[in-house]
Amino acid sequence: MSGFSLILRRELALSWAGGGGPFLALGFYVAMASLLPLALGADPARMAGIAPGFAWLVLALASLLSLERMFERDFEDGALDLIALGPAPLEMTALAKGLAQWIAIAAPLALLAPVIVAALGAPTRLTPIVVTCGLIGGLSFCFLGGVGAALSLGSRRGGVLIALIVLPLFTPPVIFGAGAIEAFVAGLDWRTPLLLLCAYSLGATALCPFAMAAAARNAIS
Amino acid sequence: MSRGDRPLITDFSLTLNAGEAVALAGRNGAGKTSLLRAIAGLIRPSGGRVVFRNGEAEIEPDDAVARDTHLIGHQDGLKLSRTAWDEVLFQVLWSGGATEAAKAACERLGLGRLLTLQVRKLSAGQRRRLALARLAASPRSLWLLDEPLAPLDQDQRAVFGALMAEHLAHGGLILAAAHDPLPIEARPVEIGG
Repeated sequence: MSGFSLILRRELALSWAGGGGPFLALGFYVAMASLLPLALGADPARMAGIAPGFAWLVLALASLLSLERMFERDFEDGALDLIALGPAPLEMTALAKGLAQWIAIAAPLALLAPVIVAALGAPTRLTPIVVTCGLIGGLSFCFLGGVGAALSLGSRRGGVLIALIVLPLFTPPVIFGAGAIEAFVAGLDWRTPLLLLCAYSLGATALCPFAMAAAARNAIS
Repeated sequence: MSRGDRPLITDFSLTLNAGEAVALAGRNGAGKTSLLRAIAGLIRPSGGRVVFRNGEAEIEPDDAVARDTHLIGHQDGLKLSRTAWDEVLFQVLWSGGATEAAKAACERLGLGRLLTLQVRKLSAGQRRRLALARLAASPRSLWLLDEPLAPLDQDQRAVFGALMAEHLAHGGLILAAAHDPLPIEARPVEIGG
């Protein structure tokens, strides 16, 4: 377990040391939200209707931004070789990297999401469901994104490639999350889509580390 | 051993015993780095195998690599934006050493006053010494060294030579690819034709 916590702490420190922690993703989120009224016109009723779904979609996009750093830095400077020779298997390293990504990027985004939703005019009673969906769906975004990051190792312009690999896999969590929030707004059954989102996220958390490790092994060999 | 479709090393066999150092020689591109990485389990050889033994008992290659092998490659695996001490400490802890040992190794390699600096402010030789600190600080018996001397000056080569001699005296194994002569007695082995 010590190997796991070593990597986790290192990843968290690096996300602050090398890229300002969550602020890149948060800044992107805020900027996109402030562009929406400019594109659609500032009709409050219309805005309030779009706000939850829009906020959820942009949250998914914002979590793409710092994925490239997840494996690329360690690959470029040789640290991945060193990590492969350590006490923990690469699968565990991948799990630690995914969780670090979740703590550093996805959790702050999830906490910002209700502010965005409210700022766009939707009722503040949505806060609990939006944060819950953000935290749970964030696991999917981080771990699926990690697979994309590991697969694109060694290619130049990796960021665009990651988006292309990962966005199709984001479809289920985007549907389930938006479904839960919309159902909550309409006063319908929101538990079923939320549980589906949980199931998808747990599946991604359990399976993706193996895919990430295999892709990373392939990249360093 | 092959890279892509190109066969690199064929019919190669090497036995390395406790307390022994081997210096791999060969022209550029002969496959020295690939051989070292294959022994470290990072590359799968296209034929043949690597066997680790403790006395007569065979050790699982995965265990041998995870517990008993150090690899110093072309790159030092240091993050430019972190301080030298943060990086050394991570490398040492990750490879099974202790904090005190990391401090002692840094002193020995003359890194004491550099440790608070960011890695980006250090020279290539200083970075290499940071990477070498983990050899001294965490006890692992097999050292795979890929051109370890290149960025080091004469004084530091002598310090590193003393480290290697100590390692061999404790029954360690060293397999080094180096164009410059190693500062210790080593059996020369030529690879590639």
